[in-house]
Amino acid sequence: MSFSIPAPLEAELDELVTRYPQKRSASLMFLHTLQEHFGYVSPEAVEWTAAKLGLAPINVFELVTFYPMFRQEPLGRTHIKVCRTLSCSLAGAADLRKKFCEKLGLDPKAHVPQTTTDGNFTVEFVECLAACGSAPVVLVNDTLWEKVDGTGTDAILSEGKRSETRARSAGMAG
Amino acid sequence: MPQEYRLILKHADQAGYTPDMECYLRHGGYEALRKALATAPRELPDGKKQSSQEVIRDEVLKSGLRGRGGAGFSCGLKWSFVDRRSGKPIYLICNADESEPGTFKDRQILHKDPHQLIEGMIISCWANDVKLAYIYVRGEFPQAARIINQALKEARSKGFLGKNILGSGVDLEIHLHRGAGAYICGEETGLIESLEGKRPYPRIKPPYFPAVLGLYMCPTIVNNVETLCAVRHIVSMGAAEYAKLGTANNTGTRIISLSGDVQRPGYYEVEVGKATLGELIHHENFGRGLRPGRSIRAIIPGGSSSKVLKAGERFKLKRKGADGQMTTVEVDLLDLPYDFDSLQAAGTMSGSGAIIVLDDTRNPVDVLANVSEFYAHESCGQCTPCREGALWMSKALHRLTHGEGRKSDADYLLHIAQNIQGRTICAFGEAAAWPTLSFVKKFKAEFEARGAADEAGTGPTGSGKPPASH
Ligand SMILES: Cc1cc2nc3c(=O)[nH]c(=O)nc-3n(C[C@H](O)[C@H](O)[C@H](O)COP(=O)(O)O)c2cc1C
Ligand code: SF4
Ligand code: FES
Repeated sequence: MSFSIPAPLEAELDELVTRYPQKRSASLMFLHTLQEHFGYVSPEAVEWTAAKLGLAPINVFELVTFYPMFRQEPLGRTHIKVCRTLSCSLAGAADLRKKFCEKLGLDPKAHVPQTTTDGNFTVEFVECLAACGSAPVVLVNDTLWEKVDGTGTDAILSEGKRSETRARSAGMAG
Repeated sequence: MPQEYRLILKHADQAGYTPDMECYLRHGGYEALRKALATAPRELPDGKKQSSQEVIRDEVLKSGLRGRGGAGFSCGLKWSFVDRRSGKPIYLICNADESEPGTFKDRQILHKDPHQLIEGMIISCWANDVKLAYIYVRGEFPQAARIINQALKEARSKGFLGKNILGSGVDLEIHLHRGAGAYICGEETGLIESLEGKRPYPRIKPPYFPAVLGLYMCPTIVNNVETLCAVRHIVSMGAAEYAKLGTANNTGTRIISLSGDVQRPGYYEVEVGKATLGELIHHENFGRGLRPGRSIRAIIPGGSSSKVLKAGERFKLKRKGADGQMTTVEVDLLDLPYDFDSLQAAGTMSGSGAIIVLDDTRNPVDVLANVSEFYAHESCGQCTPCREGALWMSKALHRLTHGEGRKSDADYLLHIAQNIQGRTICAFGEAAAWPTLSFVKKFKAEFEARGAADEAGTGPTGSGKPPASH
């Protein structure tokens, strides 16, 4: 796939630069915006960002490797982040993650983020999501699910499947 | 009867209260800002003159407000350290990274009442001659980021932000900046590096005190979300009235995040020090106690970085009697007033105001293993004692929770923790060491028994008992 930035996106990024006295400050917001658009941060996105902000590519790449939210390859369309930190753990986070893995045919013992072979779902453990009062919690794409139990797990998965279907039929129609 | 006192969260959960400008204005929004801008300069009894801005800064100091982000440092004093003679711009950053495990209070404000924060920020900026400020929101709050962006847009269109705000002759801009999933961005100098577009490696103090050499090496104020909201109330009520809330040296209200083994976890705004730790956990108005048949084993009183308290511990507190005489009283941990000073006197801290309750079914070894995995994951890696030590502790705890422990692991853990604290660039070192130091010291028998059982081959191999981290 060739790397191109649509004009409206570039305008959005240009506006971001104006928010800071020094261009370099915009790099995190650039990476967020590019990741939202492309689904991940590719080497091209790193180089493009670096050129745009007058940086060496390594100055951008070192951000991608440090900050846990940035990823270097596409993940599942439905990204399930299960909180593993103390309050969620006390409320059964380990079992919850296991349940997601089992239902999706992923290895419950693997600690790294895992994606289903059809590319629809990614499951991973993350650290405290600042919602410990409603543990256990799961962040699914941009939506926080609280007090997730068996029903919640099923609801998350079926909603994920519905949006896959929608995306696919929209893709075919377009 | 101990009860909530909702000042900052007064409207947040009311039916029909929405995060938009119109709703905020209907509830008296931005009146405090108008009041601040209209503040008259004054002359003090000693003949010293104070500008309008100095009056506000003085009010914040007199209110006794202490930072709600973790350290509990006087907000007014912090502001007084700002280098105002450097000729460089002064920046203000709102720390909305909310990443201390157990804490979920700023989330409520950001999602439900963003304009309150923005108003508090505008006042704080105006009082400190700040023309450019940022709200650093953790990456895992995508919805909060959208809400804040929208609120900032509304504030601009109403003339609360931008050129010549409300005709005051002062320009001010506030922007949102998003983090990307690293705990260390909550540490103020790490946050500043991150805002500069770099890896969030904390800076060494001295010389890099933000008040002097902060963002872009300019004087910078970093305050927590809740602290900045309190400023808005101090201006609207007046410092004297605000200081009547709470207790001596622990003024105002505080939003407590309660989680773990209680019947009713949640966030509760209380006057600081007016409820005890025990009341917050057991009282009808708060946590409503533990599940039937369970009792408290331990309490993590101020976010996962604070030292654990063990059920039955007793502490000596100094109290001022009605006659003004200081006396020492001995109290059970449940009778500790939940305030900055009492928790400190008990050898721990109220930190970010996050209480995590552990009941008698929890094994401290499993709990510490979970906590220590967090620190191993989140160390930024700059300092060897922290980077290696946090990992070693986590590895030792991993083997203790997977049937491969040794009796000597307890002492080994203490040895590592002791060699982290005080030897690092930032306070993350202490944050990583304190849970280990306190858990292992207070529950040494449990740690040694687990290791000994593993050595004898009788341990609960990979017991899987919660909390197991994987
Ligand atoms: C490891 C570490 C993590 C921190 N995380 C946060 C955080 O998530 N939010 C916060 O407001 N302060 C956090 N702090 C405290 C900040 O460094 C800083 O003291 C605080 O934002 C100042 O605001 P305040 O004076 O209003 O409390 C953290 C400190 C350390 C050492
Ligand atoms: S103490 Fe840890 S987190 Fe802080 S600067 Fe050193 S390595 Fe980084
Ligand atoms: S521990 Fe899971 S949200 Fe805080």
